[in-house]
Amino acid sequence: MHQAGHLAHQFEDLAQQKEASTLGMWAFLATELMFFGGALTCFVVYRSFYAHAFAQASREHMSIPLGTINTAVLLCSSLTVAMGVHFARHGQQRKLIVMLLATIFLAITFLCIKATEYYTEYRHELVPGLNFHYPPHHHEHPDRLTANPANVELFFCFYFFLTALHALHMIVGVGIFSVITVKAWRGAFSPEYYNPVEVSGLYWHFVDLVWIFLFPLLYLLH
Amino acid sequence: MTTVSYNPALEPRESYINVAYTVKSWLLTLDHKRIGILYLIAITAFFFIGGVFATIIRLELMTPQGDLVSDDTYNKLFTLHGVVMIFFFLIPSIPATIGNFVIPLMLGARDLAFPRLNLLSWYIFMIGGTLSLIAAITGGVDTGWTFYTPYSSVFSNTRVVLTVLGVFVTGFSSILTGLNFVITTHTMRAPGLTWRRLPLFIWALYATSIIMLLGTPVIAITVLLVAAERIFHLGIFNPALGGDPVLFQHLFWFYSHPAVYIMILPGMGVISEIVTCFSRKNVFGYTFIAASSLAIAFISFLVWGHHMFVSTQSVYGGMIFSFLSFLVAVPSAIKVFNWTATLYKGSISFHAPMLYAGGFVGLFTLGGLTGLFLAALGLDVHVHDTYFIVAHFHYIMVGGAVMAYMGAIHYWWPKITGRMYTEWLARIAAVIIFLGFNLTFFPQFILGYLGMPRRYHAYPPEFQVLNVMSTAGASILAVGYVIPLCYLLWSLWHGKIAGPNPWKATGLEWQTPSPPPTENFHEIPVVTGPPYQYHLEEVPFAPSRPPGAPV
Repeated sequence: MHQAGHLAHQFEDLAQQKEASTLGMWAFLATELMFFGGALTCFVVYRSFYAHAFAQASREHMSIPLGTINTAVLLCSSLTVAMGVHFARHGQQRKLIVMLLATIFLAITFLCIKATEYYTEYRHELVPGLNFHYPPHHHEHPDRLTANPANVELFFCFYFFLTALHALHMIVGVGIFSVITVKAWRGAFSPEYYNPVEVSGLYWHFVDLVWIFLFPLLYLLH
Repeated sequence: MTTVSYNPALEPRESYINVAYTVKSWLLTLDHKRIGILYLIAITAFFFIGGVFATIIRLELMTPQGDLVSDDTYNKLFTLHGVVMIFFFLIPSIPATIGNFVIPLMLGARDLAFPRLNLLSWYIFMIGGTLSLIAAITGGVDTGWTFYTPYSSVFSNTRVVLTVLGVFVTGFSSILTGLNFVITTHTMRAPGLTWRRLPLFIWALYATSIIMLLGTPVIAITVLLVAAERIFHLGIFNPALGGDPVLFQHLFWFYSHPAVYIMILPGMGVISEIVTCFSRKNVFGYTFIAASSLAIAFISFLVWGHHMFVSTQSVYGGMIFSFLSFLVAVPSAIKVFNWTATLYKGSISFHAPMLYAGGFVGLFTLGGLTGLFLAALGLDVHVHDTYFIVAHFHYIMVGGAVMAYMGAIHYWWPKITGRMYTEWLARIAAVIIFLGFNLTFFPQFILGYLGMPRRYHAYPPEFQVLNVMSTAGASILAVGYVIPLCYLLWSLWHGKIAGPNPWKATGLEWQTPSPPPTENFHEIPVVTGPPYQYHLEEVPFAPSRPPGAPV
């Protein structure tokens, strides 16, 4: 009965449908890779052009504790997603829903921490296009200001561009998992049919992986 | 050609067309065939819009003085011509119309793997197209279709943001189409349809889709950065603020050179189908043609630097890119040689699709060979940004891609509509297009070699004769494009009933009625042989392979 309900008209059977949707997500992630790859290439080029200014901007204004906490939060969310897929495969509906809710909670935690970082940077007048002033008015170590402000601005251009793009992907992920949770609540998934959970999980792992690249590039590379 | 004569008994059959007639049934359809038609209507409109821009450009260039339009207007005209023709006609042309329609039929599938994404891609395409058209109407854009920074991001006073937003949005329709094709080819093949039995059109579109998937995101992120730079006055690609404009060119051409192959590879697939069908002979070198499609897709990602030979790229870098650009000619040449080998001793008939195929082979070869001139480091400096390059890429894009598109439309028209067009008119139009095309663009090779730069609305008087020839050719070309529009539309009501297989072709798509039913096949076919089985016909030059043996 489940079979008939979940099988789209163009497929012959559930196995074919599952193969198509999984492969489809992998192909989509390949495009995402090129999408982020283009922006990361720009960042790396300018990182090598203006190594000194980028290192200084990162050293002075990136909060490693917050970045580390966020990395941990995101890694935990990948774990909860993986466990959710596991429970879905074994038909444990309640545990699946718990894991999905935990994932959404962790994602929102990440976004909140990210928002406080943005707010701090806004207060320090570091947002290009909005209020960028470098050196900032209340700088603690005026003697250490050696970097070209234009190059520091370039760092922040890419910092905001990359992290905002990543955050946008997370917001989309929260939306997806909300829908999946509602579906799970209604009992849509079974050991025979759970590929929406698995495919969304793939997406989430990718978003996680992007952060794994952004964190060292933006926060740690001094 | 034999057409099944009109038989009323065949008429009351249900097809994808007569299953419902409401506007809603078209705008909310999930049927790949109907979505293909939606794309066909949209890109035909864009083709004629782009054609209007081209017409004004050619009229302006009839006289050496810039007297018809101002220089600013001229800049907008060639920009809009490029943007519309490339992003809204050539890139979606064969894949989104013919590909959408025939891929599931060729694979023996009921639909593409993701019908809803397919419909979504059309809406995304229309949104992107609308944004760009709004930009065109409310002031235009004058950066050239390449959006080079910092002119586009700092200095231009035209609608750059809106236009690049249109390009950005449209990119996603291209990605979704490519994704759908790749997944469909992997997972939806009929029983027995192994990879080595796939029609060459499928191979070509598979390779195209890979480029769409991996290339398009890069232009998306690039134009997004340009838009951000322009809106927020950032310095991402602005040298005055520490940015690097050459980096923009790298990213832009990383997509836009492979995009050339998005435009030409589907055409090559079409030609492979047409040449074998109208030679009544199995395609020569199936494996090589299939593999060369993949090789072109792969190498296409490694040649972008040949657009920057004079943009401060290192000579060493230039040499590498020059070598790789020569290399991409090898798989293209493999295709041309295999097509000619297919023709050899075939029983060739010159129906309209075959005329276009012949035109393609000749014009593509000329365009491809002049591409080698441009890949040569020294010669490129001489002809860089002249009419030589304009002629070169029009030989590939119009002489190649548009010819193949016209061939594809004529070849599959009976399948799509169930009707035959007027053959003699179609042949005349094909010849007119071929002649008009050459008269338009061959003089531009000479103009460029003599040193006439592109993108100027005025030129020294000694170039006038060749420019007048070019404009005369363009008007012939325009007539050539309007004629098919008329007789194809006419055929919808008055064309002879085509029957399932008017060309006696051997693909799966010809084994279902024309127009096909919504579910494509009443019963999913089982494939037992190679895609081309023309050698089974009674022909005196039967190839050495015994009938029925696997290829």
